[in-house]
Amino acid sequence: MAHPVMKMVAQRVALGLLLLLAASVLIFVGTQILPGDVAQSILGQSATPETLANLRAELGLNEPALSRYFTWLGGILHGDLGTALSNGEPIGPALGKRLANTLFLAGAAAVIAVPLAVLLGLVSVRYRNRWPDKVISAVTLATISVPEFLLGYIVVFYLAVEWRLLPSLSTVYDGMALSERLYAVGLPVIVLVLAVLGHMMRMTRAAILNVMQSAYIETAELKGLRPFAIIAKHAFPNAIAPVVNVVMINLAYLVVGVVVVEVVFVYPGMGQYLVDHVAKRDVPVVQACGLVFAGVYIGLNLVADIVSILANPRLRHPK
Amino acid sequence: MTRLPVSALVGLSFTSAYFLAALFAPLIAPYGMAEIVGDSWEPSSAQFWLGTDSIGRDLMSRMIWGGRTTIFVAACATLLSFGLGSILGFFAAVRGGWVDQVLSRLVDLMMSIPSLISALVILSVMPVTLPVLILVMGVLDSTRVFRLARAVAVDIAVMDYVEAARLRGEKQAWIIFREILPNALSPLVAEMGLRFIFAVLFISTLSFLGLGVQPPMADWGGIVKENKEGIVYGIPAALIPAFAIATLAISVNLVADWVLNRTSSLKGGRGA
Amino acid sequence: MPDPQHPLLDIRNLVIEATSYPPGEPPKTVTLVHGVSLTLEKGKVLGLIGESGAGKSTIGLSSMAYGRGGVRITGGEVILNGRDILKGGAAGLRALRGREVTYVAQSAAAAFNPAKPLMEQVIETTLSHGLMSRAEAEVRAVDLFRQLGLPNPETIGRRFPHQVSGGQLQRVMTAMALCPKPDLVIFDEPTTALDVTTQIDVLAAIKRAIHETGVAALYITHDLAVVAQVADDIMVLRHGRTVEYGSVQQVIEAPREAYTQALVSVRSIDHVEKPEAPPLLSIQNVTARYKGTNFDVLKNVSVDLPAGQTLAVVGESGSGKSTLARVITGLLPLGQGRISFDGRVLSPDLAGRAPEDLRQLQMIYQMADVAMNPRQTVGTIIGRPLEFYFGLRGEAKRQRVQELLDQIEMGAGFADRYPAELSGGQKQRVCIARALAAKPKLIICDEVTSALDPLVADGILKLLLDLQAREGVAYLFITHDLATVKAIADRIAVMFKGQVQRYGTKTDVLAPPYDEYTDLLLSSVPEMKLGWLEQVLAHRRMEGAGN
Repeated sequence: MAHPVMKMVAQRVALGLLLLLAASVLIFVGTQILPGDVAQSILGQSATPETLANLRAELGLNEPALSRYFTWLGGILHGDLGTALSNGEPIGPALGKRLANTLFLAGAAAVIAVPLAVLLGLVSVRYRNRWPDKVISAVTLATISVPEFLLGYIVVFYLAVEWRLLPSLSTVYDGMALSERLYAVGLPVIVLVLAVLGHMMRMTRAAILNVMQSAYIETAELKGLRPFAIIAKHAFPNAIAPVVNVVMINLAYLVVGVVVVEVVFVYPGMGQYLVDHVAKRDVPVVQACGLVFAGVYIGLNLVADIVSILANPRLRHPK
Repeated sequence: MTRLPVSALVGLSFTSAYFLAALFAPLIAPYGMAEIVGDSWEPSSAQFWLGTDSIGRDLMSRMIWGGRTTIFVAACATLLSFGLGSILGFFAAVRGGWVDQVLSRLVDLMMSIPSLISALVILSVMPVTLPVLILVMGVLDSTRVFRLARAVAVDIAVMDYVEAARLRGEKQAWIIFREILPNALSPLVAEMGLRFIFAVLFISTLSFLGLGVQPPMADWGGIVKENKEGIVYGIPAALIPAFAIATLAISVNLVADWVLNRTSSLKGGRGA
Repeated sequence: MPDPQHPLLDIRNLVIEATSYPPGEPPKTVTLVHGVSLTLEKGKVLGLIGESGAGKSTIGLSSMAYGRGGVRITGGEVILNGRDILKGGAAGLRALRGREVTYVAQSAAAAFNPAKPLMEQVIETTLSHGLMSRAEAEVRAVDLFRQLGLPNPETIGRRFPHQVSGGQLQRVMTAMALCPKPDLVIFDEPTTALDVTTQIDVLAAIKRAIHETGVAALYITHDLAVVAQVADDIMVLRHGRTVEYGSVQQVIEAPREAYTQALVSVRSIDHVEKPEAPPLLSIQNVTARYKGTNFDVLKNVSVDLPAGQTLAVVGESGSGKSTLARVITGLLPLGQGRISFDGRVLSPDLAGRAPEDLRQLQMIYQMADVAMNPRQTVGTIIGRPLEFYFGLRGEAKRQRVQELLDQIEMGAGFADRYPAELSGGQKQRVCIARALAAKPKLIICDEVTSALDPLVADGILKLLLDLQAREGVAYLFITHDLATVKAIADRIAVMFKGQVQRYGTKTDVLAPPYDEYTDLLLSSVPEMKLGWLEQVLAHRRMEGAGN
């Protein structure tokens, strides 16, 4: 692999880490320095001054913000995400299990959504401005316009209640067989697929169309190549980077969609965990979850950038 | 402007119907916002057009009042994000240099965390009131407007006609308001529609998670939350806001498309 | 086998239409080509010539039965090797394209797949049509590379499109077209995007390759002088109709139609050089570089321009001629040296200049399209300098705008129009009026006629000379086109790699003895006469042998 490409990739990775660090500052600032008083929010209006002072001391709130930040960050770097206020348990193990559940759900959705979106995007381009394109376009517009939780209840109403095909609650537990687990997450997976499919398909369509309208595709047509050869040899190598980019951006979007969908189906994942603890004003848990979500999001965007760099012939074969 | 396309007509009439209903909610809602008028989850009838909700309030009235809240919050957040984002975006584009660098990097940073996650983090320590919700949504979403406004303005700022104005000796204000702004308007107006839709979806999502508009005040996301238990018994009350949100989103989209087409075909844009 | 009595290509009554979709309006069908007929014998070259919108490329592509975008062939016959290719069906067309007929595009940089090495693309059709083995095809490609004068013919095929220069890429594309031994090659403006000194080499390479392979060609261009060097016959097109069709000798030396005569005699403006005078603008030892670079784009440039005269700054892309304009206007502050204007030293920075300096120094751009705010009317555009510099308002402003419109030979109705409603020539006229409105002493003209068709450009040049005679304004005229220079300049500065290579009065600069670069530049400009290319090449070979 050529040298300048590795250098660019290394730069991007360094930038990603820097961004993650900055995101940790932002999350910390968001929870610690804003005008709300954490101790007051936890205890409510009825708190006595003594209990407030005790809690502040216990939370280390009397220390300067900067040193609290570094204590927090140092803990994270050593794998210690802190202790939940609401039940006094360490956050790390609880979060790890839920993260695994979330990744399972998002992964199952991605496995279905990505090939489907690319396929539909190709069909749309192939039949551009004809009826298959228009139908796909109208359906995806409709799914984009409805928030995930409503898609969720529409799906529950028909698939679980009316037709009784899948369970309306996604109960998962340890030691469950993979098939049972997949059956349990059937509905949330469908909702997540519907939620990202529209954006992903539209962006894929645009990316492929952009390539198909290039002058070198006209050259290929004027060479009398078969449509398959045009697509395989001339369109595909140039479309791969923009399409992978689209996929990564939408997977990042899926990470957010998962929060709401988990709440709808009472699925024990990160999203549910975060929302519960926001309601309980359990700041350490919120911080940890926020950082993990930001990390996944930044990571996926980083992969998209690296793929674009690797697929660019100008960078791979410098002058 | 001679002929209104059907899609624009549909979009315009739905959008204005929703906005009028929001504006005149006190006049047209058959019952009060939190008034309990019947049993829980009564089916639709002549008295209650959409039936009643989980604790026996008229769903039609809840929908009208809820639409008022949702549209009000979304509109305020959109205005905030739009004002903040476009002013800073233009400023960054025209000034360039370190101003641009600082603002752009800050926006990059804010966008490196998904807005919903940022909102949840902030709402975990802030009191959940309407002004706070509007502020949080508006500021978080202004990053997208900033990027668009800056990109559009940078594209226009390198045009020869802007250079010609600078060579003439025109002041900064003339260049922004007379040369750049008129040409940036149509993409920004279309974007405003999209930002509004996003704000509607955002506030509905927050309310559904219990972290947005607080009961007994009605809003569309909250109505879903209040009635979601009914779904498993086959009661579709929670689906009605879905229909409202989707039709509002689609019709605003249609209007935005039409505005973009109309303004770009009227003057210029065709020359190349 | 085709009947030897029949020509290779026989196009009869070709009608081509296109549907356009203007936003917010119902779709419109326009006819691009109205019943054009032509024939081409084996091994001959037919030049298709015309201005933009003449339909020349559309006709060229029809001989591959191809229409771009919404373009459709709706009438007539295209008979190639004795059969009508419009009735061939998809499989028939695939067998024809890239085998019997091949295509060379204007922009080779866009026409090559960026993700594949060149050799792969050059031999692709030869392999896909099963004409040769891969090894044979590669040998043929290397031969063609050599024939076309490409450097490192054995290895250049391994490079990617972005790794070779524009002129080389154009030759590789010619090799790609010739590789499957076609009967007919369509050359679609193959040298238009190239610099003039590169153009002559590519043109010579193409001509030699056509000659040596005996292939027939349709050569499409807007430049009559270029086509005169390669074609056997010429068809002059305008608005999709044939204006004149005959042998190259007849069309160039004895054109019958008024339109063709105008094309042949274009740039025959006679401008008498003005005598020496004290300078209005004096550029002394100016050096400049762009921010964040460590390389001077202008090196020690010194030129003078007397009041009421024209200084032509001529050079190819990258010569620094447009940078010079940016430095004079103050958009790019100069590094060293100084610029004096009307007896005073100009501030190097735009912000430091007095309003009076700004008024007296105006600028006209290459792309009139983007030089005018699309949301302002012509009246506003011309009126703004009046308001800004002279405080004119209301009726007085309106009257003055009308006077200016009269000066640029545009009528009363134009003040309320938007730029998008004007033609290319009209747009450039409005830009001239905007510059004149400031009553400047100097106007910088940056390639103002390069984007225009020859006849329209001619009109603009005549207008500029006319205005100079009446208003006494000086022009700093930046161009790559030597014919324009000859037409209007009093003084000439030839620029090359950021330096002034040659500077003086027009007569002095255009008379020998030349320096090497000026000689190359001057001798590379195609002349409207038969056999010019051979003369130049023979001359260069002699000089090369002499060294």
